[in-house]
Amino acid sequence: MTYVELVRIRFLTMLAYRLNYFSGILTYVVYTGGYYFLWKAVYGGREVLGSMTAAQMTTYLAVSWMTRSFYFNNLDREIADEIRSGAVAIQLIRPYSYLLGKLTGAFGEGLFRLCFWMVPGMLAAVWLFPVALPGRLSTYLMWALAGLLAFLVNALLNVLFGLATFFLHNAQGLQWARQLATDLLSGLFLPLHLYPGWMQAAIRWLPFQTISYLPNMIFTGGLTGSAAWQAVGLQVTWVVVLALLTGLLWGRARRYLVVQGG
Amino acid sequence: MAAIEAIDLTKEFRRTQSRPGLSGALRDLFGRESALFRAVDRVNLHVEAGEIVGYIGANGAGKSTTIKMLTGILQPSSGTLAVNGYDPYRQREEFVRTIGVVFGQRSQLWWDIAVQESFRLLQRIYRVSDGDYRTYFLGEVVEVLGIGELLATPVRKLSLGQRMRCELAAALLHRPAMLFLDEPTIGLDVSVKLRIRAFLQEVNRRYGTTILLTTHDISDIEALCRRVVMLDRGQIVYDGLLSDLRQRWAGERSVRVVFAEAVQVADPSAEQLDATTFRFRLPDDGALSALLSGLLTLGPVKDVTVLEASMEEIVRNMYEEGVRA
Repeated sequence: MTYVELVRIRFLTMLAYRLNYFSGILTYVVYTGGYYFLWKAVYGGREVLGSMTAAQMTTYLAVSWMTRSFYFNNLDREIADEIRSGAVAIQLIRPYSYLLGKLTGAFGEGLFRLCFWMVPGMLAAVWLFPVALPGRLSTYLMWALAGLLAFLVNALLNVLFGLATFFLHNAQGLQWARQLATDLLSGLFLPLHLYPGWMQAAIRWLPFQTISYLPNMIFTGGLTGSAAWQAVGLQVTWVVVLALLTGLLWGRARRYLVVQGG
Repeated sequence: MAAIEAIDLTKEFRRTQSRPGLSGALRDLFGRESALFRAVDRVNLHVEAGEIVGYIGANGAGKSTTIKMLTGILQPSSGTLAVNGYDPYRQREEFVRTIGVVFGQRSQLWWDIAVQESFRLLQRIYRVSDGDYRTYFLGEVVEVLGIGELLATPVRKLSLGQRMRCELAAALLHRPAMLFLDEPTIGLDVSVKLRIRAFLQEVNRRYGTTILLTTHDISDIEALCRRVVMLDRGQIVYDGLLSDLRQRWAGERSVRVVFAEAVQVADPSAEQLDATTFRFRLPDDGALSALLSGLLTLGPVKDVTVLEASMEEIVRNMYEEGVRA
């Protein structure tokens, strides 16, 4: 089980730097708090805004930020750096697929963040703010499934952008744009159904909403039953599409690979 | 069985070129000019299992590119290649189980975790049994390399020499039939170099491991390899015994003699370097005894040195002159 080992080793590597993460938890709790007070002012005593109650909104923001700590990774930069520096050579002498190795490594990092960041962060948020946790186990299970798929969509997008920098010369700008687009279009700060109509129409055709918005809506109870299953189906579709694209691009990148050194 | 069988192995790169000046930079925005560049040019290489081969050449000669094709990292542009009976690029994942690779400039160990964690991980990745790991790896490889006491140390805390020994151990963990070493002694001090060379000889002798080695340090080659392959601008310019290379390229030996006082030398081939110092050419081995017996008749001798081109010099001469076989 090569790939399980890769998950384990990344987890161990992260453990070596666990102290860095406590500040991260604090940051996310502060973010959640900031948005909570902002929205409290926007609601201004009203019960419902854009079909969401104030409690739902708080829950949405808390779960949005905390899930981000799980799915977030720097695979695009990692891959771009490895290709540019030639370190990719070391990965290619190992008996496993380069991209699957990268994805499983990122998953190990995700699990670490889940244990040492997301769970404590969520507990802090629940303790500090009026977060409404779902009452039914089935909601948690559905949300966990959606969260896993969200991880995959985000990771594949990152890989795709990482490989794209191989063909384009400037990587930095692209990585920034990708991160910003992901945060903005995924509904990290704000549920997408509150966006202007034309933006919603565009976002519907993009993969980003499946990273944050759909799982969050499942958690807050905004998507239930067949609507939740539809959301998961959309995630699966995007995983397949992105995986195919990634495979295609990697095949090309591999052929044109130039590794530094005489 | 042949460990390496390469026929007309070629690798071409497309190199983008920048146009000079501001207007050039602007035009580069809309598509760059590129030129095809042959890093490895129709290389034919046959290596038998159990050989130790030195692969040498100046910077940019194409050594590393060849190694990267032989290890399945790069796809050859043309030619045929079989290593351990595999097509390295197409069958990469199965193929790399049969080889070990050390890149002197890069680490394959995980930087932040203890050495043994890296080893354990590699053990599982290569599916090495626990028994084999204990007896062969810990009992022999780790023992002979003397890295037992480093196992609990994180890689980032190792010295270069310690790290390189750990890299070698990692490359041998799965008992590869073939070992590729790209500059394995770069930056190491002499005692570590000697230790690594002795270890490689031991590995070759004990397990019959085929070794292909690139290096800038010709003393590595002298210590380890009977056979050298020299590359120049992507082409093989010499493939044969190291001793023949010396004979063919070393040129004549000569003797430098310092006399105690100024003397008259009649020999027209002698070259006077200063008042008391002369250089005598030695066209063959017999010339040396003839010269020595004649010397004392000329006057009191203070010092005699036989001048012989070192391997280092020979190779440098070959690189500089850009030899064509």
